[in-house]
Amino acid sequence: MTGEQITFLAVALFTLGSGFMVVTSGNLVHAALWLVSTLFGVAVTYAVLDASFLAVVQVVVYIGAIAILFIFAVMLTRKDMRDQGPQMNKNWWFGAALAVLTFVGLFFLLQGWSGMSTTATALPSGFDAVAGLGDALTSPAGYVLPFEVASVLLVAALVGAVYVAFNRK
Amino acid sequence: MVPLSWYLIFAAALFSIGLFGVLSRRNAVAILLGIELMLNSVNINLAAFWRYGDDVSVMAGQVFAIIVFAVAAAEVAVGLALVISVYRRRNTVIADNIDMMKW
Repeated sequence: MTGEQITFLAVALFTLGSGFMVVTSGNLVHAALWLVSTLFGVAVTYAVLDASFLAVVQVVVYIGAIAILFIFAVMLTRKDMRDQGPQMNKNWWFGAALAVLTFVGLFFLLQGWSGMSTTATALPSGFDAVAGLGDALTSPAGYVLPFEVASVLLVAALVGAVYVAFNRK
Repeated sequence: MVPLSWYLIFAAALFSIGLFGVLSRRNAVAILLGIELMLNSVNINLAAFWRYGDDVSVMAGQVFAIIVFAVAAAEVAVGLALVISVYRRRNTVIADNIDMMKW
């Protein structure tokens, strides 16, 4: 076991435990806070993978915006937050069985794949992942069109969300 | 060095947890929380395939992850706006009770 493997295992266990708390916690504010810790674990995973820009964007966009949006939504629908009944629907065992089946199926599917034990090659010296990502996102030979489409999608979602949630008196 | 399989199995486990949340929770906000977990597990796979691919200067994996970030932000904004709108009109966020379009 190298230090890197121990780090990965600790982060993965932390993330999976937090994720489990997200789906089982009865109080939705607690579930949203557990989501924040799950997202932090995923950000650390990006950092371990040398995807530094993704790690920063994960913290800024997911934790800074999306998780806070969830907490606001929970507070605005507060009456049902302390819902007296069960938090799971009556078919929860079916959902649990399907989730376990999905995991076992993916696990055995991955076992049969030859590229499973690939290890990462060292990054080439002088390689700058952030500069490469910026070039890829803005050069016409790269992905400038999907990038612009994503911005149009965000504007459409912003206008749509305001329209849907607007309170007409 | 951590082999690729560890990342893929970790992402598969996180995806399954999110799937369980989506299928089992009664509260519509909690269902959206499960969807976020599933989107994150997909992003881990994309970043891992970028890092473990033959050529790290090919940025397709990270670019795809950025697009997933944008789509997730749009999805959660519209989804929560719908939940709040339904809560105003019907006074409920329980997914089973939002059945006016159910035949």
